[in-house]
Amino acid sequence: MGERNGNAELKQGEKAIQLDERGKPCPIPLVETKKVLEQAAFGTWVEVTVDNEIALQNLQKLAAHKGLEAEEEKRGEREFLMRIKAGAGNPEQEKLPEALESCEILAGQDESPEEYSSSLDKGIVLVISSDTMGRGDDELGRILMKSFLYGAARQERLPEAVLLYNGGAKLSCEGSASLEDLRSMEEEGCQVMTCGTCLDFYGLKSSLSVGQITNMYEIVEKMSAAKKVIRP
Amino acid sequence: MEQGEKLFCKGGGCTAKLGPAALNRVLEKIPRIEDENLLVGFGGCDDGAVYRLTEDLALVQTLDFFPPVVEDPYLFGKIAAANALSDIYAMGGRVKTALNIVCFPETMDLNILGRILTGGNEKVQEAGGVLAGGHSIADEGVKYGLSVTGVVNPNKIWRNDGGQEGDALILTKPLGVGIVCTAERLGQASEKAMNLAVKSMTALNRYAAEIAGKYQVHGCTDVTGFGFLVHLCEMMGEKFTAVIDQKAIPFIPECEEYVEEFYLTAAAQRNRNHVKDKVEFSGCSFAMEEILFDPQTSGGLLISMPMEDGMKAAEEMKSLGLPCGLVGRIEKRREKTVYVR
Repeated sequence: MGERNGNAELKQGEKAIQLDERGKPCPIPLVETKKVLEQAAFGTWVEVTVDNEIALQNLQKLAAHKGLEAEEEKRGEREFLMRIKAGAGNPEQEKLPEALESCEILAGQDESPEEYSSSLDKGIVLVISSDTMGRGDDELGRILMKSFLYGAARQERLPEAVLLYNGGAKLSCEGSASLEDLRSMEEEGCQVMTCGTCLDFYGLKSSLSVGQITNMYEIVEKMSAAKKVIRP
Repeated sequence: MEQGEKLFCKGGGCTAKLGPAALNRVLEKIPRIEDENLLVGFGGCDDGAVYRLTEDLALVQTLDFFPPVVEDPYLFGKIAAANALSDIYAMGGRVKTALNIVCFPETMDLNILGRILTGGNEKVQEAGGVLAGGHSIADEGVKYGLSVTGVVNPNKIWRNDGGQEGDALILTKPLGVGIVCTAERLGQASEKAMNLAVKSMTALNRYAAEIAGKYQVHGCTDVTGFGFLVHLCEMMGEKFTAVIDQKAIPFIPECEEYVEEFYLTAAAQRNRNHVKDKVEFSGCSFAMEEILFDPQTSGGLLISMPMEDGMKAAEEMKSLGLPCGLVGRIEKRREKTVYVR
């Protein structure tokens, strides 16, 4: 990345980071842009110049998939500019969400009953970080978690997303007693997302049976944007 | 492999193909001479050309070559040959003869060329064919492939567009070799992923075709540089719609992770641009979309056959040791050409 003029230490509102990716075939522009976006401070604009429209389209996919604000400009036959705003970057520069505390599944009932018409509660995220619930006996913990998800799937209002990581990742895989409950939540439109690193770690990647694979970036994003995070 | 015997891979394999849109624009303008014995030419989107000699004998001809997709010259030779031979199987034919096509820099170590040709020759032999010659050009970069001639019964040609409503769609190799090879060029592919990709790319489609041949085959193509979805759209044409079950798609598992890292090629994006208006995704992850657009080098056969036959054939093909499966079915034409759900 020798042609990079800016540096990743820039603070928000300061000059954008410039990346000249002309003459480099995909995936190089994508991989380099992604790396810079990950290192850049929250809110920094990264300006990438590429020399063909396909590379520009690939950068559009990158911004869209990561949920980042982006704009583009055609400057000439062989010059396209893509501006992407860095999202969650250095965690120290990011405000931690206030809602990262435990609360009950039924929280949210105090809201206006009109909202009951929709079965999804936007802003509520259910985080399952273990295949057991509570501390003590693991066998009991597993029974509790199974009934928790059984109950969660039958609430009138479902969370917007269920995030499964570490031991929780086992619950969305083959052989889990909660597959039916997670599937029914997914059918109602709830996003069931399992951490890919965790599936790898447990060797479960091919056994995922419900929902999609996610990454830490999306997990941070979902939890940061949530009004309420439920952790049994 | 010794030092200095590695090939430089820059967008090799079938990612080096010209984009489907650009190619169609050029081909449309080439005048064609009619010959009633030319049963399959480049009028459609078929894999090889078929020329009828007698009532029950026709020639199948094909040619395929490309720059290195892996660093090991011997493996590259095997992959390029398996890829070229595949077109004969995709037409329902048997391999007879092959000619080498070689581009090789004058200054490069000839032992490397020897290893490429050894790999290629082994695959021709495995296919039951004989290597009958070839042609070499001094060029800046390495390219290798074969011109292959086979035979087929002209009444039993597996055309691309022979699929019928209700047919099962069978895919005989895992998708994602393009993504894995891209990750490998960046030094990021795991050994496990690369091993599966190489195993898949060097595997002859002969065995899958032989299993399919025991049943009724309506249509067949091989999945190469245009990726699963472009090849599938070509198979459906305007006549039918394919409904694909994303959970049944065989792919190299590490691809999901590599897509998240954006190890994506221009070729995959060109494939997406070519058919994105014809395809509807529902509930598909971004990674799965990319896997379905991923350009394949020496990819599997995509076969359309009656559902009952398809279920049996797909089960039998599992014995070949590669991820494969019954991935969808052909239905009555709807708005889109392909629905992935």
